This record gives sequence, C-alpha cells and structure tokens, in this order.
Amino acid sequence: MQKWIKVLFSALLVVSVVGCSSKGGVDENADSDAAAKANARNRSGKYGKYGAGGANGGSGSGGRYGAGSGRQDAGPTGGVLSERVIYFGFDSEEVLPEYQNIVTAHAEWLAAHPDSNLVLEGHGDERGSSEYNVALGERRGLSVSRSMRLQGVSDAQMRVLSYGEEKPATSGHDEGSWQQNRRVELFYPPH
Amino acid sequence: MLRHLGFMLWLAVSAMAISPEVWAELTVDITQGAEGAMPIAVVPFQQPNLPGDTVSEIVAMDLHGTGKFSIMRESQLPERPVPPATPDFPIWQTAGQEHVVVGRVVSGEGAGLVAEFVLYDAIRGVSILSERVPFKPSDARHAAHKIADMIYKQLTGERGVFNTRVAYVAASGYGNDREYRLVIADTDGEGDRIVMTSPEPIMSPNWSPDGKRLAYVSFEDHAAAVFVQSLSSGERHKVSSLPGINGAPSWSPDGSELAVTLSKDGSPDIYVLEVASGAMHRVTHDDSIDTEASWSPDGRTLVFTSDRGGKPQLYTVSAHGGEPQRLTYDGSYNARGVFSPDGRSVAMVHGGQGGYRIAVMDLSSRHLRVLSSGRLDESPAFAPNGQMILYTRKDGGLDQLAVVSVDGKFKQNIRVKGGDIRGAAWSP
Repeated sequence: MQKWIKVLFSALLVVSVVGCSSKGGVDENADSDAAAKANARNRSGKYGKYGAGGANGGSGSGGRYGAGSGRQDAGPTGGVLSERVIYFGFDSEEVLPEYQNIVTAHAEWLAAHPDSNLVLEGHGDERGSSEYNVALGERRGLSVSRSMRLQGVSDAQMRVLSYGEEKPATSGHDEGSWQQNRRVELFYPPH
Repeated sequence: MLRHLGFMLWLAVSAMAISPEVWAELTVDITQGAEGAMPIAVVPFQQPNLPGDTVSEIVAMDLHGTGKFSIMRESQLPERPVPPATPDFPIWQTAGQEHVVVGRVVSGEGAGLVAEFVLYDAIRGVSILSERVPFKPSDARHAAHKIADMIYKQLTGERGVFNTRVAYVAASGYGNDREYRLVIADTDGEGDRIVMTSPEPIMSPNWSPDGKRLAYVSFEDHAAAVFVQSLSSGERHKVSSLPGINGAPSWSPDGSELAVTLSKDGSPDIYVLEVASGAMHRVTHDDSIDTEASWSPDGRTLVFTSDRGGKPQLYTVSAHGGEPQRLTYDGSYNARGVFSPDGRSVAMVHGGQGGYRIAVMDLSSRHLRVLSSGRLDESPAFAPNGQMILYTRKDGGLDQLAVVSVDGKFKQNIRVKGGDIRGAAWSP
C-alpha cells in the first residue's frame, strides 16, 4: 500500500539522458583541433554531449558545458596555441607525450609574455568521492604548471584551480566520457 | 486515491520521457523491502476540514521508509475505526497486525487544527500512546512527521527523524546556463527550499550541530572558498579563501570549529579553523592528499581520506594533530569517511569491482559491510539517530538521493528536483 511517495521531480533529467543516449555517434561539436582528434579515437560514440548548439565558441575544447563555454579568453591563438585542453589517464597526473607540444607551446608563449597570466583548471571524472577528486584535479594542474615552470614560465604567471568532478565536459557515465573529463583546461583570464 | 494518482503520474512521466522540457510529479519506489519488519496498520484519519494528502498517509509513508515496519495495505484494512471508537482487536489479530493507529483531525484554536491519534497494541488490546498535535493547516506535513516521530519512538525506543532535513547541491542547465543550487528539503524530498544559487560549482554542504547554519564550498569567485551561511537570515561569511583548495568543511560537534582541507602549503592537508576568531591549526603534514575530515562525536578524533599509502584509504588522527593511524585495508579505494552518531562505526565510499558503494565499518570488529549496490554511490551521511545513511547515486542516468538502513536490508530512493544531485547532508 505504501509503495509510492509523491515527490516533485524534473522529467527534464530523464529527457536529457534519453536525449543523450539516443544521439548518434557523430559529435556535432567536435572541432578540428588536435586535442579533440586525439581524444576522438577514444570515444565510444554512444554518448552525447551537453552544450549542443554552439557552446563551443572557438575555445578549442570541444562541445561542453561548464567553465569556458563561450567565455572571454585573453590568450594566444593560431596553430597549437589554440589548443586549450590536456587530457589524462585514469588516476594519473602524468602529461602524456601527445600533449607535450601543447604544454610547450603555451610555456614558450608565456615565457615571452611575462605580463600574461594563466589559470590551469584541473578536472577529474565522476568516480569516487568529490572532494578527493578536487585533490586529484589539483594534482593534474600542478603537473602541467611544473612542466611549464621548467620551460621558463614564472610561478607568478600561473594559478591552479581544481574543480574536481564538478564541471564535467561531457555528461555520460562511461569510460569514453570519463576520458573527456580527466583534463586540465588552460584559461587566460582577460586583463 | 492520491496514492493511485501518484502512480499514474509516475507512469505518465515515464511515457513523457521522450518529450522535452516536461516537469511533473513523480513517485518513488522502495527499491528493497526489509525482512522482519513490524506489522502495523494506520487507519486513514478522518480529516473533513483538511484537503490534500491525508495525515495518516504521510505517517504510514514515514514509518515504512525506515524499513522497520510493514504497513498494512489500505485495501486490506478489516475496519476503519475513527476515535473515540476503539478497534475491534480480535479482527486485527486475525489480520496479523501487532499495532493499529487510528486518528482524526479536528478544529483547534482559531484557524488551527489538531490531529488526535491513538496507537494501540492489538495483541494486548490496549492503548499505548494517545496524543493531540496542534498545527496550522499549511503545516500538515510537519504535523504528520511529528506523529510519525512519536510512534517510531514509542515502538523502537529510538529518536524519529521524520522532522529533520537534508541538504544537497543540484546542478542543471548547459553551457552558460549551467546553474548550481544549494537546496534543503524535508527527508521525504518535500518542502524544498533553495539556499543559494551560483553559476559556479557549490560543494560539500555540512550542517552546524544546531541545524541553524550550513558550511559549504563555493567557486563563485573563480576560486575555491568555504562559506558559512545562516539558514534563517541568509547571512553568509567567507571563512576560508586561501590560495589553492579550500574544501570539505566539517563542523566540530560543539559547533565552534570547522575541519577543512587546504592546499596553501603545497599538497592538501587537514586544518582545524575556529569559526569565530579565524584562528587555525594544522592537523596533518604530508606530501600526499589528505582531505575529507569528519569528527568523532566526542570531538577528539578526525577520520580523513589520504593516499599516503598509494591509494585512497581512511585514517584517523587526533583533532589536535599527531600521528595518523590507518583505519581501512579492504580494497583499493575507501574515502569520505563519516562517524556514526554513537561513534561506533564509520560510513564511507568503498570502491570495488562493481563500482563505488556505501559501506560501513564497525570500529570494534573492523568488519566492513557494503550497504549499497550502485555504480557511482557517493557522499554518505548518517541520520541523526544513526539508523539510516543518506547518499547520492547515479544509476540508469538518473541522479538521486537515496537512503539505506545501517543493516543494509532496506533501501529507498528520494527523488528530488532537477539535475545532477551531489553532496548530500542530513541535518541534526
């Protein structure tokens, strides 16, 4: 008799999930940047992304929601300098060789522009405890900043900000999505 | 009647899942029933002057939600006595009921109402609890929760928690419309109220021991900061905004201090912050991750997560500092430890082959028992009576709050309004 309670619930949530799972394998927001390509091979194609319909805004980070969608960025563009996202392996803060060129390009640019500042935003996937994931995201940001420091960037130019799992780049609950979410985003705040 | 309407709405919403932007009422199922529950009948209260859900229905739902009671189906009730009439005990005994609740709502002073109810021991044929609960018509739900508290206390000897609240963070929207809301609600998901909203993440709400304030993490300034906010006035104070992580606030049992995670000195470590003065002392000193501290009820010990051994495990340490002791050894992932109100056990997120689940460790035997069965269960929080654990789960694409009894026998989902649900906390 008492098997059901009435509570308010947003069917929007159901909708968004159904919408995602029924979406085709083609990611409308994938742009041509190398980071997206590097990651595309890992995509299962069975999950969709939030932020469909132009959230990309040329940020070079693919379809997404959360930080950076269409936000102002005072950083350099052109070639590899347009790349803003570095992806990581599971439970790892190691900068993989395929992303080293992005780190190096930005490090060289920052070293040549000592008045410019960079925020390294660390993110993790949704597995496990959220506060522990904030700590893991910080580790990833520090790993990239350490590499940049070794390439001549001043500590004063860099700030690490970890969001943990709170600002996922994609919405899915599978390994393909998790790979997209384990990342450091490079953000040049406007002056 | 309303119950059936609820079920139909649930079916309707299931069908509507293909059409976008629909908000509707939805019902929630009991995911797992309990064995050995106490049979009790709650006869519908007569309430001619109170429209809406019947008080008795909410009482029955509350009792059922503990897993300790088996509620007789309304359609099977052998009779429907209304006070001052007493139940015909032999027919209730025949129907297998140990207890019967009868009641009615009558006019009180002014515009007020009074719920009168009697709890009978059907076996002995005697009244064991008879109370009058005055309430305002707009507050019928809380009156019902109060009645459920009284019945629960009478029959179990433990404090009922039906008038307590939960806090959580709901995130929804896409792109620049992304919004994070800090919400408090009754434990049945009703009466939800937004405490604050932000376009940037809000994390880790934690109730002050007097239930009047929430501590939480907000990224509203594009940096992590710990805030304390009064729930009555809405007044808020930024209590920690040092470089790096400012996270995982946890109130000391006396309400004067917050344990927090700070990474200002390099790696995340545990600190204790005196809220009134801002004075701070460092508790852990390690190059690894130390985070998610939570107090023992006596205020002497903190349990926290550390990967100093390579993988995240729980450790305990004196709140004044000292050498941490490792607490967990089962599996390669144990995090977000919280002490039970009696201090005898610790609940945690336990990672294993099947996913991340809520587990509880008995501190005397060190036996770890996995309670939940989801893939992505997080954020355990004990009910103030220690009988249930609230947590967040993501299953089948639906984020929701859930509760599990501490013996793991009973589980229930609490679906709440919209989006990704995270950071569950149960009020005192």
